Amino acid sequence: MNKENAVAEKDHAHSKSAPFITITKRDSSSLKRNIVVRVIAILAALAVSALITLFITGENPIELFKTVIDGAFGQFRIWGTAQSVAMLLGIALALTPAFKMKFWNTGGEGQVLIGALASALVMMTAKDLPHWLASILVILAGVTAGAIWGIIPAVFKAYWKTNETLFTLMMNYVAIQLIKYFLKVADGSGSSTVGPSLLQYGRLPVLFDQQYMLNIIVVAVMTVMMYIYLKISKHGYEISVVGESENTAKYIGINVKKVVIRTMALSGALCGLIGVLLVGATSYSIDPNLAGGNGFTAIMVSWLAKFNPIIMIFTTLLIVVLSRGAENVSMTLGLNKSFSDILTGIILFFIIGCEFFINYKIHFNIAKKSNEEAEGNGNN
Amino acid sequence: MAIIEQIVELMVRAVMQGTPLLFGSTGEILTEKSGNLNLGIPGIMYIGAISGVIGGFFYQNYTSNYNVILAIIIPLVSSLAGSLLASLIYGFITITLRANQNVTGLALTTFGVGLGNFFGGSLIKITKSDTPFLALSKISAAYRTTLPFANRLGLFGNLFFSYGFMVYLAVVIALIVSFVLKRTRVGLQLRAVGESPATADAAGINVNRYKYFATCIGGMIAGLGGLYYILDYSKGIWANDAFGDRGWLAIAIVIFAIWRPNVSILGSYLFGGLYILFNYVSVSMNLLPLMQMLPYVVTIIVLVIVSMRKKRENLPPASLGTNYFREER
Amino acid sequence: MSETVSEKFALQLRTVTKAFGTKVIANKNVDLDVHYGEVLAILGENGSGKTTLMNMIAGIYHPDAGEIYVNGEKASINSPKDAFKYRIGMVHQHFKLVDLFTATENIILGINDGNKFDIASAEKEVKSISDKYGFVINPKKKIYEMSVSEKQTVEIIKVLYRGADILILDEPTAVLTPQETEKLFDVIRNMRNDGKSILIITHKLHEVLAISDRVSVLRKGEHIATVNTAETNEIELTEMMVGKKVSLNIGRSEPKDTCDRLIVSGINMTNTEGVKVLKDISFTAKAGEILGIAGIAGSGQRELLEAIAGLRPLDDGNITYINPVNSEQVELRSKSPMQIRELGVRLSFVPEDRLGMGLVGNMDIIDNMMLRSYKKGRSVFVDRKPPRQLADEIIESLEVVTPNAQTPVRRLSGGNVQKVLVGREIASAPSVLMVAYPVRGLDINSSYTIYNLLNAQKENGVAVIYVGEDLDVLLELCDRIIVLCAGSVSGVLDGRTAKKEEVGLLMTKVKGVGENE
Repeated sequence: MNKENAVAEKDHAHSKSAPFITITKRDSSSLKRNIVVRVIAILAALAVSALITLFITGENPIELFKTVIDGAFGQFRIWGTAQSVAMLLGIALALTPAFKMKFWNTGGEGQVLIGALASALVMMTAKDLPHWLASILVILAGVTAGAIWGIIPAVFKAYWKTNETLFTLMMNYVAIQLIKYFLKVADGSGSSTVGPSLLQYGRLPVLFDQQYMLNIIVVAVMTVMMYIYLKISKHGYEISVVGESENTAKYIGINVKKVVIRTMALSGALCGLIGVLLVGATSYSIDPNLAGGNGFTAIMVSWLAKFNPIIMIFTTLLIVVLSRGAENVSMTLGLNKSFSDILTGIILFFIIGCEFFINYKIHFNIAKKSNEEAEGNGNN
Repeated sequence: MAIIEQIVELMVRAVMQGTPLLFGSTGEILTEKSGNLNLGIPGIMYIGAISGVIGGFFYQNYTSNYNVILAIIIPLVSSLAGSLLASLIYGFITITLRANQNVTGLALTTFGVGLGNFFGGSLIKITKSDTPFLALSKISAAYRTTLPFANRLGLFGNLFFSYGFMVYLAVVIALIVSFVLKRTRVGLQLRAVGESPATADAAGINVNRYKYFATCIGGMIAGLGGLYYILDYSKGIWANDAFGDRGWLAIAIVIFAIWRPNVSILGSYLFGGLYILFNYVSVSMNLLPLMQMLPYVVTIIVLVIVSMRKKRENLPPASLGTNYFREER
Repeated sequence: MSETVSEKFALQLRTVTKAFGTKVIANKNVDLDVHYGEVLAILGENGSGKTTLMNMIAGIYHPDAGEIYVNGEKASINSPKDAFKYRIGMVHQHFKLVDLFTATENIILGINDGNKFDIASAEKEVKSISDKYGFVINPKKKIYEMSVSEKQTVEIIKVLYRGADILILDEPTAVLTPQETEKLFDVIRNMRNDGKSILIITHKLHEVLAISDRVSVLRKGEHIATVNTAETNEIELTEMMVGKKVSLNIGRSEPKDTCDRLIVSGINMTNTEGVKVLKDISFTAKAGEILGIAGIAGSGQRELLEAIAGLRPLDDGNITYINPVNSEQVELRSKSPMQIRELGVRLSFVPEDRLGMGLVGNMDIIDNMMLRSYKKGRSVFVDRKPPRQLADEIIESLEVVTPNAQTPVRRLSGGNVQKVLVGREIASAPSVLMVAYPVRGLDINSSYTIYNLLNAQKENGVAVIYVGEDLDVLLELCDRIIVLCAGSVSGVLDGRTAKKEEVGLLMTKVKGVGENE
């Protein structure tokens, strides 16, 4: 902290005019400080959320808090929470290598859905195959479809610098409409989902009699693998270099195009895998809302965790607990369940906004003319 | 003759479908021209809708002397105020606090859609009102008032005069924004901010002020799209999630229109038409999703072609998605 | 020697001083007088404080001490906007233009004079300004369609449009062809005849003599002298600019067992903007010697090294590497850095842009060590043990000041960043080592560490290519010196016998001009 202050003050002495507030990039921020800032942000967010809830419902805040906890960890809800965490975390992990490369993959939702769709197709048609082979095909189909959905925008980004944020965003809706089309043609009934009666073959095994166990195990393994992949694999290292400085990547001879395409293939494939789990191991049904917007929420989860898979467990927990808790609040109070989205939004605003206090330093210039007297005050 | 009537009807419906998209895409174009990629626009459109509905709801249910002018103005003003606040949240976090635009925008969409659906679904309960469901029929009637002579002009009247005032408002705003961007000093400076904030800064332009200005005005325009959808298109009846993915479609149109609001008028009506084309062509209902997919596919193709041709005028604003920070030396 | 402050002068500086941090003094007690209607050349080597001084006049920086007078009155200039109030405008080396806009749109950008916004009349005014001074410009042309010289014209008109009477041009000819330079000089003369004062930063002597009325020479931040151009010559100016030879006592051993290692023959390169940046360059780098490359900044040094390293494509010519093990000849042209390495070519390169190219600022020292070696072995995982050892070794042997090897390199000081980079490049046991401005921004001690490292490499039989800007260093460190001027080789000198002035003259001599003398 001391060194950092000294540097800032020196920098400060250079600036010639002295507006009331000057902002400089913070050179570094200690881990302790980062945690304190984020905790304050979360507390502030909770306080605001509580106030709003109070204002709308007139309920006692302590009671509200209990309802939130109950909603997330209550007797019959804990497995549901675990499943939500697993799916959201899985998608966030899938998106992370792309983000680390500074490739804004906003297409997680679509990559999950297209993977789910491919799996569903196999589950509907693979009736003459042995079960194990059908299961493998279910997985392969989903993973491949997801990878393709990721590779398409990556190729255009690598060769023509096509804006990947907008491209992947649009791909989501192409996938959604493809699923809607599938629903129309799969069974003539015109129902809004295609359910277990049609998706029979190659279902993935249920472990330990617990419907969500496979998902949880797969995502747990994914977390560890992704951590290892990013941290100590050669690919992970290349991803970091490309993300940090394309110039350096070229200087040491990394084939940037190849890395971009390969990484997006991985990102899409893992999203596709989550799609496989959602259809092949969870609900055996498919509808356009299968991913439930998690493809978007995962972007925030990954970003909030600074793309660190281990921290991502906690950011996922935070989001899931709060939203399931808020869902419970709205249920008990007979409110619309969208109430949880409002609270999630507010909490996200606070956590996103607080990064500013980690990355930048604010100086309040008290003296009118001389800069020497100015204070470096970054701790507010 | 029947075919012509059908075509005219299709066009009329396309215009009505396209109008929310036009508001949304015009607002997003203005915002993006300042370099801010606001993925919160779908959320802001919900907020614009629900704010207007709340304003209208209180006016319709708690006023004794009902006045048509106020019935129009109150929802309009509350919609604008709601969208402004939502845009300010986005602006504060991305411009002042310089947080990632994508993440902030997506959070705002989560928030906005939640806000819309929550109040849309709970307004009656919260206010302990005795109306059975959220329907602003009187106000909607005011919004849907057409010119009196529209009916007397046959097909021509149908095509051009059969809409509520907001349809025209959308076109007028798109043309104004187009004019401002192209022909005024403010527009020139705004575009400079979006293209090269460092150059604009060096030329003495207040970059942050322009970014706020574009984000807020853009958000307010987009919010009107939500308002139109409820009070005119849906005849004043709120249904949760009815607005659907129109916000994202509006963002698609921005690309389709290559960041030109006047092209966006055509784009919006075209995409609106694709939304309802299935009613007018004799294909199986099964193909409906594929038709609704078309706008997105077309958008992707436009995006790809534009990036391949590298015609500078058609590319996204050069600083789109990035925040500006002047490093003090 | 400087005149008293009076309204007879367009601009006067008195004891202007500016420091960056505690170490670097950019300008010290500079006095300067600028007449109405004259062209004053500001001459000096790289790092002599020319640009900083001009930036203070233009309001980019504020002097730490000293005063600026405009028309005999004390001026307080805190921003470029202030400068325009005093009718001062500067054209920077790096253009600040919006590519997508037309010339006129760029020229009027940021002006809020309360008048009606009218592009057509602005275009007319731009046209009339350009006619008045002899610019050739289409006011409706977009910047991205323009040549560098057209962009420069836009920048100059931008300044004139805002009513500047004192124009500062920062190395305006650096990016121009000789023909374009001639045209620019015509324009400058027209402006002078119109009563404007023009300050032109340059280090090309023949241009100074061609265009200026007087010359002010800066050296190491101080004003050395101002002389009338008509009364001076290239030799005298060079002496003032480079100063007396300073002995640095850099040890230089006699080259032993030299043999050809890298043969560059007849290479030409055109950059992405279509400018020819390397013209028919040929030389040989020998094992066991340090080959110096001298030249004014931007004469093609960067492009040359990057071409050898496989980072930029050539128009034609060959780069041949002779393998020290089996004397086999390997052609490097149009190979990527990875291919070059796979061919067994041990080429190391310390680029000019240390944190933007040679290193990754946000990665720690260990991971930066790994940049060169991470691919080794068949494992899918990186092995951080060797780079960690290397990092520790470099930290210890080169005395890198850092909390530990896990510190991101962007948090190290410039000298320590450079030690990390040079240390890594040397660690891969190169047979060719290219270094670009390795001591720029370094303090004396760090600089000597680098010189010693380079000398040790030379004694180990490495072919070292050293691109530098300080002539004293080049003359004491290098065995042979190639001088680049505007993308061509203007001379090859023996490092032991060459005179400083000789190098200085070759650096500033455009081919053809020099040969006529």
